[in-house]
This record gives sequence, C-alpha cells and structure tokens, in this order.
Amino acid sequence: MMVKIQIDGTYYDVKPGKNLLETCLALGIDVPHFCYHGAMGSVGACRLCAVKKFRDPCDQKGRIIMSCMEPVNEGLIVSVNDPDAKMFRAAILESLMINHPHDCPVCDEGGECHLQDMLVMTGHNYRRFDFKKRTHFNQYLGPFISHEMNRCIQCYRCVRFYDDYTGGKDLAVFGSHDHLYFGRGEDGILESEFSGNLVEVCPTGVFTDKTLKEHYTRKWDLSNTPSVCVHCSIGCNTIAGERYGKLRRIMSRYNGAVNGYFLCDRGRFGYQFVNVENRIGEAQIRTSKNSNPVEATPDMIASACAEALSGSKKIAGIGSPRASLEANFALQKLVGKENFFAGVSRTEHTLAKTAIDILQHEAIHSPSLKEIEKADAILILGEDLTNTAPMAALAVRQAARNKGIEVAGNSGIPPWNDYAVRLKAQDVKSPIIMANPFSAKLDEIAEKTYRAAYSDIARVGFAVAALINDGAPGVKGLSKEQLSMAQHIANALKEAKNPMVITGTHGGSEDMVHAAANIAMALFLHGKEGALSIVFPECNSMGLGMMDGKPFEDLAGLPADSTCDTLVILENDLYRRADQSLIDDLLERCKNVIVLDHLITGTTLKSDILLPVGTFAESEGTLVNNEGRAQRFYRVFPAEGTVIESWRQLKELMIFSGNHESASWENFDHVAQAMSDSIPAFAKIKGHMPGADFRILNEKIKRQTMRFSGRTAMNAQFSVSEPKSPVDPDSPLAFSMEGANETPPSSLVTNYWTPGWNSNNAMNFYLDEPNGSMKGGDPGFRLLETAATKHILFFAPVTGAFTPEAGEWEIVPAYQIFGSEELSSQGPAVAERIPEPFIIMNRRDAEEAGVKEHEMIDLTLTRSSLQVKLKIDDNIPAGVAGLSTGLPGMPFLKLPESGRVKNSKK
Amino acid sequence: MEHNNIINHPQFVKEGKQVSFKPETLKKVQDLMKRYPEGRQKSALLPVLHIAQEELGGYLSVDVMDYVASLLGLQPIEVYEVATFYSMFYLDKMGKYVIEVCQTGPCALSGGEQILAHLQEMLEIMPGETTSDGIFTLKTVECLGSCGTAPVLQVNTDFHEKLTPGKVDKLLEDLREYAKHDKSDDSTWVEKFC
Ligand code: SF4
Ligand code: SF4
Ligand code: FES
Ligand code: FES
Repeated sequence: MMVKIQIDGTYYDVKPGKNLLETCLALGIDVPHFCYHGAMGSVGACRLCAVKKFRDPCDQKGRIIMSCMEPVNEGLIVSVNDPDAKMFRAAILESLMINHPHDCPVCDEGGECHLQDMLVMTGHNYRRFDFKKRTHFNQYLGPFISHEMNRCIQCYRCVRFYDDYTGGKDLAVFGSHDHLYFGRGEDGILESEFSGNLVEVCPTGVFTDKTLKEHYTRKWDLSNTPSVCVHCSIGCNTIAGERYGKLRRIMSRYNGAVNGYFLCDRGRFGYQFVNVENRIGEAQIRTSKNSNPVEATPDMIASACAEALSGSKKIAGIGSPRASLEANFALQKLVGKENFFAGVSRTEHTLAKTAIDILQHEAIHSPSLKEIEKADAILILGEDLTNTAPMAALAVRQAARNKGIEVAGNSGIPPWNDYAVRLKAQDVKSPIIMANPFSAKLDEIAEKTYRAAYSDIARVGFAVAALINDGAPGVKGLSKEQLSMAQHIANALKEAKNPMVITGTHGGSEDMVHAAANIAMALFLHGKEGALSIVFPECNSMGLGMMDGKPFEDLAGLPADSTCDTLVILENDLYRRADQSLIDDLLERCKNVIVLDHLITGTTLKSDILLPVGTFAESEGTLVNNEGRAQRFYRVFPAEGTVIESWRQLKELMIFSGNHESASWENFDHVAQAMSDSIPAFAKIKGHMPGADFRILNEKIKRQTMRFSGRTAMNAQFSVSEPKSPVDPDSPLAFSMEGANETPPSSLVTNYWTPGWNSNNAMNFYLDEPNGSMKGGDPGFRLLETAATKHILFFAPVTGAFTPEAGEWEIVPAYQIFGSEELSSQGPAVAERIPEPFIIMNRRDAEEAGVKEHEMIDLTLTRSSLQVKLKIDDNIPAGVAGLSTGLPGMPFLKLPESGRVKNSKK
Repeated sequence: MEHNNIINHPQFVKEGKQVSFKPETLKKVQDLMKRYPEGRQKSALLPVLHIAQEELGGYLSVDVMDYVASLLGLQPIEVYEVATFYSMFYLDKMGKYVIEVCQTGPCALSGGEQILAHLQEMLEIMPGETTSDGIFTLKTVECLGSCGTAPVLQVNTDFHEKLTPGKVDKLLEDLREYAKHDKSDDSTWVEKFC
C-alpha cells in the first residue's frame, strides 16, 4: 500500500512508515542533512534537514519541521524549496561554520566532504564571523585513523555509529555547547574493529584514513575500481582507489545484501600488502634445491617452464582459497581434474565439503548479512565472529536490537526514530546465544553464553535439535546444566519468527557443523526458514570447496616415486596449512616446483620457478562468499614488470605443456565462460555478470572521475608526450576519465557521485531507498539455490563429552582479526595491531600449571612447541585453552589438539 | 582560553594519586547507590560527583573521576562524559567563590554580556581564570534555568538575579567580606543528598 504525499506541488506515491527525509532521498530530491544516516536512522540533532509542512491545502503559512523526524502519512504536504525553510537551513549551516576552521585545502576530506556539499547546497558562501574560533587538541587514535577535532560540526554521527551501532566503548563525547569534543578518554588506539567507518560516517574531516595520508590523493584524482574484500569469507564489496600505480585506499561499496554501508578495519586497512616491499616483481628461477630463486630473463623462464611441463611429465597442481575461481579453474585445466588438489588442509577440506553439502540442501537457507540483521533469535555455535567474520558480528549486533525495535513499534515508534527506539527498548534484546570455548566480544550483547569445549558445544547443539524435532538424534549423558541450556536455546529458537544458526569451520569440528545443520533442519520442520550461516576461513574457501579437488595432503601422502615431476602451486603458502616437515618433503620430492604468487612466503622461497602474479588489485576474478554469493572483482591498475594475472599465467603454462585449449582464452570472459561450461556448480556465472564487451551507449565505464587531474603530465618524467591509457581487455571498465555518463549496473559502480553530492553520501542516490538495495539489484548472485535434495538429513553426534585430563589442555584456536589472516598482516598498519602470540586459560588452571597472567609460558604440542603469553579468561572451561592462531611467525598448528604448558623461566 | 576543552588538554592527566572518601562519606555514598535498582548504579553518578568534588579537593581531577568510576562500576570515560558536560563540575582548581555567568540567549538579550564585562573589569580576570588571591573564579555557563529573572549568575550554589552592574559590585563586596570570615551560607552536597 502506498500513500500520496505532495512535495513542492508535485504528488508522489510513496511507501508509508518511512520518514520524510529518506523518502525524499529515495525520490532523488536533495534535502540537506547531517545527522541522519541510512543505517542509523534519525535523531533530529543537526536541524539541517528542515522543510516546511502545511496543515492542509489552504494553509499558506506552514511551519518548519525536521524532515528526518516526520513520518510520511497520506496527504502530507511539504515544501523543500520554501524560502523560510531555505533560510533556516542556511542559518543552521552558518552557525555550524562559526567554529569550523575552513581548512579544506589541507583537509583530507576536501573534495568528498559532506560539509562542503551542504555548504554549496544551502548557499552559505560568505563568512561573517570575525572572531577567534574555539580550538582543540587532537588525539593519537592508532594506526588507522587521524583525528582533527577543530573540524567537528557536532552532528553526533561518530558516537552514534561507534557506540550505538558497533558497541564501541572507547569513543565518547565530552563537554557541551560550543566546546564538544569527540574522542577517547585519553590518547590510544581506537578499540572497535569497525573504527575505519568513522572516515565515511563523519561528514567532515575529523576522522580520516591515516593510511591514505601516507600517499594522499584527492578523491577526484583516484582511479576507482569495484572490488571485493579478500580478507575473510564474507566478501564485503569495496571500491579500490589507485594513483601512480599504487593502491591508495579502500572504501566501502554498497551492497544491500552483504556489507551495506560499512566495512571492518581488516578489510579497509588490510590493502597495504599490495604495496609492500615483499612483493615479487620479477620471475625467478633457482638452480639447485639448496638455493633461493633469483631473477631470470623471460627466455630462461620460458624454457624452464616448457621443460618442466612438456612431454610425459607427471604434473600436479595445488589451488588456493585465496585465489579466484578462474585462476583455480585454469590450474585445474593445466594439470587435469585428477591431479588438482585443493590447497587446504584435510580437516579444512572435509569441513568445507560438509558445510557446502549442507548449505546446498533444500531445507537449509544460507542467509545474507542483511537477513542476519533481520533475525530475532540467533544461536552462534563455536565461532568468535568478531575475529573470524567481523561484518557478520556487526550484523548480529543489529539483530540483537530487533526485539527492542518491536517493543518500540508497539508503542507507535517507527524503527528509524533511533533515539526514541533506544529509550523505549532500554535493555530489551532479541535472544542471541553465544556458545564458544572462550569469551568473545559478542558476549556483551548475548542473552546467554555457554562456555565449553567444542565437543560439548556440539553435543548441546545436537540436543537442541532433538528438542525442537524429535526426529533429530539426541545425545546421552548431558549434565543438568547442559540440558537446561539446550532447553533454553530450543525454546528461544522455536519462539522466534526468524531464528537463525551461525557456525563456522574455524573450530575444526565437523560435529559442530553437523549439530548446527540439525538445528536448522529441525527448525525447518518446525515451520521456520531453516536459516544456517556458516563462516569459512578465506575469501574463496567456499568457491574452492565447490570445485572438485582433493586435499593436498593426499598428494604429500603418495609414495615418493609416484608424487609428480612438476608441481604447480597457485597463490598459496603451504607452510600455513600443514606441518613444515610434510611440506619440506613434498617440495623436495617434486623435481620442478612452480609457484605463482605475489608475496614472498616460505613456499615461494622453495620454488624452482617463481612466477609473479597480480594481487586482487592487479587482476580480475570471481569469489564465492560464505553465503554462496558469486561476486566479481576487477583490476584496479595494470601490473608492473612481468606481473600478470594468475589465470593468464596459467594459460601460458598450458601452452607450454602442449595443451592448446587455452589458446582461445583471449580475455577474462573466455576463461570464465570455459569454467561455467565445465563446472556445473558455476554454470550460472556466465551470463550473470556483465562481460568485457558490455557497453553503455557504446562506451565503457570510466574508472576515473571527470575531474581527474594531471593526465597529460603525470608521466612527464619518463616521456613528455602523453601516453595512451592502458587498455583493459578483460572488463567493461576503462582506465580513463572518458566513458559513459549513465549510472552503470550495480556491480560496476566505480564512484558515488551525483550533482550536488561529492561526498560518499551520494551513495544513497544509487539505492532504491536509503539502507535498501542497489538500484537494479544488489551486486553478485547466489549460486546455492540450484541444488535441491528432498529428504531431511539429520547427522548423528560422533564425539563424546569432553573430559579434561590432568596436566593436559585441549588447545583450541583463537583467531585474531588482526594477524590471523595472511595477506592483511603484511601491511604496516594492520601489523601494528597484531598481538603477541598468547594463550587463554582460566585462573584455576593457570595456578595448577604454575603459570601467571602476562608471563611467557612454554606450550608443548604433539609436534611443536612455542612460547606464548598467558591471558586469563575466567570463563574458559577447565582443561581447555585458547591459542592465538595463524599470527606471523607462528608455525602451522593443527588445532584443536592437546598440549601441555609450563612457566618459561622454570 | 585558547584550547577550551579539558579532555586531552595537556593538563588533563592521570597523576595516579590515591584518592578515597572518608569512611563515613563512603558509607553514605553506598547508601545513595542503593536507592537505584540493581545494575543501575550509574544513576547515582551525579550526586556522587557532587560529593566527590566537595570532599576531594574542590574539583574533579582525573584521579577523582577514576575513583568515582571504580565505585560505580563504570568505565572512566563514562564519568568524563558526564563531568565535562555539566558546568557545575570543575575540572580544575577553583577560587573560593565560583561566579558562573549565564551566556545563553535570554540572559544575553537582557544584559548578560555587560554583566560579564563588568565582572572581568572588576576582578581583572577573564572567564576561566581565578583571581590571584584565590577568592574568585569567573566562568561562563549555559542557561541556568532562570531566564524569567535574567540576567542571572550563580555563585557556588546561590543564584543572583535581575543583575545590574551596581548589584554586581554589591555582591563582590559581600563576598569579599564573607571570605574574610571564611563564611559560607551553603549547605554541603552530602547534606543535600544523604
Ligand atoms: S566528529 Fe564528525 S561525526 Fe563526530 S560529531 Fe563531529 S562532525 Fe559529526
Ligand atoms: S568482514 Fe571480511 S570481507 Fe568484510 S571487510 Fe572485513 S575482512 Fe573484508
Ligand atoms: S538530518 Fe534531520 S536533524 Fe539532522
Ligand atoms: S538564559 Fe540565562 S538563565 Fe536561561
């Protein structure tokens, strides 16, 4: 049902229940505003969105109202252009500018500043204030964010985002009146995992991207490309900006189904690995197994490759969960299906397969982040989402508010009326249940937490399923506490309209994934949707899992003489995935080890032929996120030197091997098409993504803005004549400021801009409504809908209850947002945030073991030992210890496994 | 004051001094906290800050605020937010009499600015400063909630209304006299709240 309203004399049919400001923005009408934000709703704080409202058609006088606080109802008559309203807005702006330093030329926000936009829009162009301005000291806020408080216009968006939306605790507002201060209690690193969004949320230059400052470029001088975050399995959409061949920054790209307006800090600041010294620039060869590879001429490389791949050689390939589908596919083509190995450990491989099978099941729905935000009860089984899939944690935080929003709704408060909703809701929360071995940040919004070893978490999970549907196998021998926990969870899920289960593969427990599946199936039988979200370790874990491949440990396990002559490893550091001895042995045994990668790793050092390939920024490809959504990233800038895309490099290798099938792969579309044709799971990919020949009115989509400067001179130190812009044969995007002026399809948006809006608030005009979907549908498409089996599938519990053994601990992995992911850890900003390796134990256990908090302790595992710092967490169960995992310098560990601890000094 | 926000001002530092209430005050503070429902001890923050300011040195140093935070189970930052918001909490050493002149619209229209200028002239200090004899601190504040009797100022807990420069002179004279006898007609915050 629509309602009819009148804005400046024109009638519109609009959705009821919204506020007037968001309605205007959805209609494409410019209404100045600061404090309203699509994801955060209205508080009516800044007074900038004033418009005039008329009582009825006879009302000539009208009165000023705040459009962000005005519900749209049938018959509403308003004027945005009314002179009084305009004057009011101009006055508000002028008063906000009284203390603003007018320092745009030295401000990083300049050129994409919401405040600048509003100044122009309201017409405030002359400064009448002739007195001293108030000034502030700035704070050190860590490696990600710069602080310049003088620019603040007191809109409160920062604290509303940081505290209210993400649950941050260390950013606050101090003072009152004209001396408000937004900052921390003292200098120090902003603790929230989402602090980077302040850069986009703050309408001025108070909070800006510190990593961009190191190689600063104005927005209009960046060449922007739609990309996809490669730092976890969520696949948030990003816009990557480049100038002078360097990746300059990552901004969020709106995807209503995935990340909405935001990104996590790993995704935003993890990009620096693209620019580091550690990049491999030239192809290399090593002459003996005892040396490191050294740079070689293209001829030498070509003949070495031809030699290694030709004739009767037995070739095997190891793919990668951090490489694109197309690169993995090209490798599979090169070595043949039976010789293609997924580049993940056996446990991870099995888990991924299990998880994918479950998600493909008809009764199971794999929800998008947007759907998670809408859930009204969530059980999280054994995942510390804040560290393993940060944006999923942010979605869960929003879901926790739904009950409160409902309570407020019952009193007639619309969901967008943010402050009123929060006041009415108080502490009312939707039930979020966190079952995890150790304490996690999401505990603070959880209605209940359950601390246990993975096997016990799984057992309770199975019990929950059995309580919801008695067809599901139960578990024997649960304690009273466990039974009542299971009962509580089952009730909470059954009572909810939209219950959801979230689990993941990080804990390495198949039982847990099975338990989660049982609950989702049981809920399905109970008349619910059967929503189950599973998070994976890497950006393309899901995609790789959907391809036919055996775990590479199978290859290592083959008898020495039948392994292979030539092993091709794609974008993968095997030392992160299995014991060193196993990898050493494998690499030793293969006569020719060809490695394609972009950063120097333990594996590249052992390659006989090392071929430099592009990162996500220098290539294109498709990734499948944990929801099963295929999304494409595009080349941000052409690579330097001999660096080419993995798929192209593999195409060359195919030709060397005598397989000329790839000769017809002239551009990316051809390989994507070949993949679609040969792998049924990816059949949908072709035809669903605009190909390289996509044009708008015969023109490509420009990466650069129309104000891009210096094009004729930017390479003058090499040649005074302007070079031809590089061509991009692989995508519909052009490395140029010339191209279609029309809005491109949602997956190809390079830049948010609309007349009057240079700031990223222009984003709202690309959406069907603020916080809605991109016009024409959100980017990417789901691959999972196709496969359908009809029967209900319940899994039986396998492992028994956890029983601690004296002197032994079950060591479970504690993944870290900063440090556990390979690529982001290589950038200096993220590196600053990586913790020292640590272990978490409860106090009693620590005392028993004779170790103290903050002390270094020796941890001995079956095959390795290491020194780590002790952290106390009183909630972790006896006999279980959490170990920071995957941090730089830490060896591969197959967790969970049992280990012993002792004080390092003794 | 050039930099007029105290947070992150170089002077705004933790000195790490041990501060605590006298046992009898602590008892009263704990009783005060019990007036609020379980888990909502935060609600006692305002009265406790008043008491702390009065008993622990006349202003809220970072150490005092951190102490209050620990009593109420709050993050220090939550106390800073509140303490910096209200003008009746002092973040720095104050004179014996704190003269707070209302600066908000109604007072400004009824002569508040002249009152402030007059005080500056008479006391030879600027807002935010304290006279060298330590008797007066001059401050500007937002609406004191007595616009009907504008212009208004407040001295410690007392209001002075419908001011004229003449009335201000009389007031200063009286206060200097009180100061000699170390006299204050205020009741204490502990008495007010407990
Ligand atoms: S710092 Fe930015 S977001 Fe925060 S109140 Fe000031 S202008 Fe608004
Ligand atoms: S949640 Fe994952 S995909 Fe999204 S920005 Fe963070 S690391 Fe990237
Ligand atoms: S946007 Fe409406 S008051 Fe700020
Ligand atoms: S304006 Fe001075 S008391 Fe209200």
